[in-house]
Amino acid sequence: MHIMATPTITSLYEQLGGQAAVEAAVDRFYRKVLADDRISRFFEGVDMDKQRAKQKAFLTMAFGGPHNYTGKDMRQGHAHLLKMGLNDSHVDAVIELLGETLRDLGVKEDLIQQVAAIAESTRNDVLSR
Amino acid sequence: MPVVRYGGCASELRENESVLDALIRSGAPVSYSCKAGSCGSCMMRAVTGGVPAQSQAGLKDSWKARGYFLPCICHPEEDLTVAAVDADTQVPARIDSIEPLSADVLRVRVACESEFAFRSGQYVTLVRPDGLARSYSIASLPREGFLEFHIRCLPNGRMSEWIRQRARPGEMVRILGPSGDCFYVEGNPRQPLLLAGTGTGLAPLYGIARDALQSGHTGPVHLIHGAVRTEGLYLQHELEALAAAHPNLHYSASLLETDGPIDKVILQRYPDVGNWRAYLCGDPAIVQSLKKKLFLQGMDLRNIHADAFLPAA
Repeated sequence: MHIMATPTITSLYEQLGGQAAVEAAVDRFYRKVLADDRISRFFEGVDMDKQRAKQKAFLTMAFGGPHNYTGKDMRQGHAHLLKMGLNDSHVDAVIELLGETLRDLGVKEDLIQQVAAIAESTRNDVLSR
Repeated sequence: MPVVRYGGCASELRENESVLDALIRSGAPVSYSCKAGSCGSCMMRAVTGGVPAQSQAGLKDSWKARGYFLPCICHPEEDLTVAAVDADTQVPARIDSIEPLSADVLRVRVACESEFAFRSGQYVTLVRPDGLARSYSIASLPREGFLEFHIRCLPNGRMSEWIRQRARPGEMVRILGPSGDCFYVEGNPRQPLLLAGTGTGLAPLYGIARDALQSGHTGPVHLIHGAVRTEGLYLQHELEALAAAHPNLHYSASLLETDGPIDKVILQRYPDVGNWRAYLCGDPAIVQSLKKKLFLQGMDLRNIHADAFLPAA
C-alpha cells in the first residue's frame, strides 16, 4: 500500500508564476505590440509608463489572476480605438503576440492555450459587440 | 495595529487588512483594480513612515525613492501617512541671481524660504506674485542651498520675458512641487547611464550627472546635449571641466545641422543599451521617439526616465 500525495488544485495564475510572471512578461509583450505593424498605430502617442501599467493589468487578468475588469471597462477602454478601425484582426494579433511572449518565456503549450482562451473571452467587449 | 492617515482621515488597520482595504473602509477616494500588487492602479506615496519592501516590488527605483508603494499589498509595521502620488507642497522663495548662459538661456537661482526637499532633475512650478506659473527642471543639488533653473527666453514668453527684463534678485516667488521621476537613484553604481536632452533639457541632466558623480557612480555616464547648431549649446566649459575631473563622464554635443537627428545619433553610437539606464529631457517629440526606440532596443521601461518639456506662452 502506498500513500498518494494529496492532489492540490493550483490556479492558472499560480502555475504561471503569479505576479513575477506578469513582471517578466510585460516589457517583452509590450515591445512586440509596439513593433508589430498590424497594431502599433493604436499605441502612437500614448504615455508608455501608463500603458505598461495597463498591460500589466491585462496580463494579470489573462493569466487568470485577480482583477476588477468588467465588460463595461473593456468597452469604455477601447471605444476610441474602434473609431480608429479596431477589428477582429487586431484582437487576433494581440492574442498571437501574447502566445509568442509566453513561448519565449518557456511556458507550456497547454497553459498558453488557457491564457489565450481568457484573452479571447474579452473579444466581444473589446469590440463593443 | 498601525494607523494609516490620508487627507484628514485616520484609520487603524484591522488584522490582515491591507492599507488599501483600510482606506476603502474609511471611505477615502482611492482608485484600484487588481488588489494583488500587479496592476499598479492604486499606487500612493508614503509621506511619513516606512513601507515594507514587498509593497514596492516591481516599481521604478525612482518611484521607490519617492516613497511610492502599492497599498493593496501593504501591511505596514508602523503608522503611515499617505498621499496621492501627485500631491504637491508649496513654499515661498526668493530670486537669488539671474545670469545669461547663452544668447537666449538664463541661469536663474532661487532660494526657498522654508525647507523644500527635492532631487536634482525633478521639476517644480515657479509661481509669480500675480499667479502666473511655469514649470522648470532643477539643475542644482539639494546641498547647494538653492534651486537652479535654465530658462529659455521665448519671444512673447510671459514668464521668461518678465525674468529677463523686470525681475530682480530679492523678488519673492512661490515654488510648488517637486514632481517627476527623472533623478538619480543609488544602488547600481556600475550601470551605464545615458543622459540625453535638447535645449534646456540640459538643466535636469546637469543636475542628474552631478548627483550621480557625487553619489559615487563608477559606471560610464554619457551626457549628450542636442541643439540645432552650436549657438544652441551652453555650459560647455563647465561640462568639459566636469568631464576632465571625472573620467567616467563623457560629454558630447549632437547638432541637428551637422550630425542629423539626435535619436539616430544615439542609437548608432550606443547599439547595445539593454542594461543601461536612460534620462531623456527636452523636446517632446524627440523624448517620446527616443524612449520608444531605446525600449525596442532592449532597455527595460523602468530604466527609462523621461521628461518632455511642453512649451507654454
